[in-house]
Amino acid sequence: MRRVDFSTGAAPHIPSVATVGQVMRTVLYALVPGIALHAWFFGPGILIQIALASVFALSFEALMLRLRGRSLKPFINDYSAVVTAVLFALCIPPLAPWWISAVAMLMAIVIAKHLYGGLGQNVFNPAMIGYVVALISFPQFMTRWQAPAGITPVSLDFNQTLLAILHGRLPAGQSWDSITQATPLDTLKTGLHAGQSLLDVGQAPIFGGLGGAGWEWVAAAYLAGGMFLLLRRVITWHVPLAALGIVLVCTLPAWLLDPVTHASPAQHLFSGALMLGAFFIATDPVSGCASNLGRLWFGLGVGLITLVIRRWGGYPDGVAFAVLLMNMAAPLIDRYTRPRVYGT
Amino acid sequence: VSLPEARGMKPDGRLHRFRGGLHLRHHKQISCTRAVERPPLPGELILPLRQHLGDPARPRVSVGDHVLKGEPLGEIECAGGVNVHAPTSGVVVAIEPRPMSHPSGRSGLCVVLQPDGEDRWCERTPLPGWANMEPHDLVSAICAAGVVGLGGAVFPTHRKASLGRRRGTATLILNGAECEPYISCDEMLMREHPERVVAGARILQHVTGAEQVVIAIEDQMGAVFEALAAAISAAGAPGIDLVKVPAIYPEGGERQLIQVLTGHEVPSGGLPADLGLLVQNVGTAAAVADAILEGRPLLERYVTVTGNGVADPRNLLALIGTPVAHLVQQCGGYRGDAARLVVGGPMMGFTLRSDHEPVVKASNCLLILSADDLRTSQPEMPCIRCGECARVCPAGLLPQLLQWQVRTGQWDEAVAYHLRDCIECGCCDYVCPSHIPLAAWFRHGKGELKVQARERATADHARRRHEAREERLERQKREKRERMAAKKKALRARAAATASDETQESAE
Repeated sequence: MRRVDFSTGAAPHIPSVATVGQVMRTVLYALVPGIALHAWFFGPGILIQIALASVFALSFEALMLRLRGRSLKPFINDYSAVVTAVLFALCIPPLAPWWISAVAMLMAIVIAKHLYGGLGQNVFNPAMIGYVVALISFPQFMTRWQAPAGITPVSLDFNQTLLAILHGRLPAGQSWDSITQATPLDTLKTGLHAGQSLLDVGQAPIFGGLGGAGWEWVAAAYLAGGMFLLLRRVITWHVPLAALGIVLVCTLPAWLLDPVTHASPAQHLFSGALMLGAFFIATDPVSGCASNLGRLWFGLGVGLITLVIRRWGGYPDGVAFAVLLMNMAAPLIDRYTRPRVYGT
Repeated sequence: VSLPEARGMKPDGRLHRFRGGLHLRHHKQISCTRAVERPPLPGELILPLRQHLGDPARPRVSVGDHVLKGEPLGEIECAGGVNVHAPTSGVVVAIEPRPMSHPSGRSGLCVVLQPDGEDRWCERTPLPGWANMEPHDLVSAICAAGVVGLGGAVFPTHRKASLGRRRGTATLILNGAECEPYISCDEMLMREHPERVVAGARILQHVTGAEQVVIAIEDQMGAVFEALAAAISAAGAPGIDLVKVPAIYPEGGERQLIQVLTGHEVPSGGLPADLGLLVQNVGTAAAVADAILEGRPLLERYVTVTGNGVADPRNLLALIGTPVAHLVQQCGGYRGDAARLVVGGPMMGFTLRSDHEPVVKASNCLLILSADDLRTSQPEMPCIRCGECARVCPAGLLPQLLQWQVRTGQWDEAVAYHLRDCIECGCCDYVCPSHIPLAAWFRHGKGELKVQARERATADHARRRHEAREERLERQKREKRERMAAKKKALRARAAATASDETQESAE
């Protein structure tokens, strides 16, 4: 009857349910509607870019884990490299050449992630590091945006897209100029600089009811995906609400007072990367703030810096820069937003 | 909260929320389906002489002595701790160090008793007239009966009660919010013997002078409410309030329960007494009633024997000192896949390697988990700062930061981030997707801080002694110098006097 062979261990003894892989997979599921709509409006390029970026990200991840003497399986299975790859792929033009992904994932996984100490140690959001390096280094390739289906006269099928990405070759009779177009935010900025009324600029076919045609639906899908993440408690509401809220608060009065020189709040919220950034990028816990109050400040900063860059900066959109700048501020914010301890 | 104005805090009739916490599956029903029984006497009882927070008792019996049920086995001053009593009549067969069912796994001096099967009582002195007695005398009686906090902390009850008396208690809270999964011993006690809980509440109220008594139970303990309510009206004690609190873990933590009932927080590093509150476990109250009304020392307790690793989970009324194996046998023995023996609950309990260790006053639950119940062998991953730990922390800490500080030995930082305020509830650990053993790190860190404090105290003591010695030597040297100087002066004066005499003489 007597037994002396019971296993020992520290409390708590019952298993927890969550795993890092689960958290990351939930993020991927939440992106599915956005990716699907993106493919619907802008062609299959996004799918090819996701596949490319994932392959590069996983390869670099495996290489770095090997070099650092870590076991491969738990870290490959955590899906964090895939999340980085997918978020990056969602930010770049679907027809960008394949080596953009390679360079960006090298920067993201090798430099921004593993050289800082690997999973959980990166100061900056790896996907945004990859994106910003590509944007600054290869601007001509990073601006090859297609117009959404229905507006552009030409749409490429899967094989043509693959060829364009891998070889930079377009179907006979097509040129890059004929299939790409300025993005809605680009158009707004150019129009503004040219002194045009935004009311007139907004009549261009690339604008839809809320933001850019097609883009507004993709943004709405990201919004839905973000709601899913909130429901599954993968993220908290603080960052998205603060980021989107401050954009609304700043743009609404300006637009109401002077719609000629100010884009509408809807155009701001549903164009560019703001929705994706607010729910999926600025909510990255590793490079963000730890406390809920800190997250509010973080989101506020992301929204404000994005607006400032959109309005006065050299780039049409600024979410990536905003996130990276706030990544730098996160430790400081954390220091001043510690939650109150019980009994103090 | 500044102390003077915070005194005399009372529950205001509303329930408040504490921060964080978890909704855990209760698993309590499996051990609550049948009436609690006393198992037959075991072959031997192992009685550690220290089962409480405080000094160990010195043995006052010798090997070969025959002792009666209820007879004290040790000697101890009430200021230091409490006594241990013979749970039944029998012969002392050994007094030796044995493993004593403690998280440290360490051995301690135990009296081993072989029951004679007669269960013969020693002489008892019940105090039925307690209501007219001096609180001081009741405190002595509670101490002599070896009553300690049965909720798990095993702090000597008489010390807590007399502290409550000295500092003034506005409200006595009886904690029946047994929040950890699987544990149901308090629930069964309140269901089967609510009158003992109520009697204990009234005695403790008399001892502490509390103006108000609140018994807090969880809202999912259906039958308990009716049982206690009936006992309260039967005892004619309408001043005792019965409150249902939501079943959120760790609601039964003293500090969390106080927050839920009063909306106030016990100051960091302080005691409930700072708020004019005194919290006692319901089992402790019943033990106080036994001690005063029947002159019966703490000899037995309700123990939940449960989990998927045991055939027939249930509660037992076990003599202190009963080996775990004996109780498991009463519950149909182990199931084939029994893998872990936990004393306490799944969130805060500690493990035993062997089932030959005794049930002690602190043992509320023996949880036998099967291999499937245990944490799977997922590897620990790096922290991804997801913040779940901070969200569920009832103390409002930042576990992800603290674990880093503890791991890297940044003790000053860890103290600044309130490591000492961690209640070790394990909520952070449970939700961590990276499977970092946070609670274990924090227990280690708090232990390390205690060791450091002790070392610092020792070093301070040595330094003070050294300084005192230096000062004494210096003073002695100075005094010697002064004496010498005085002597020299005297000599010189005398010499001068002689010399002047001589000159006078020579002048003459």
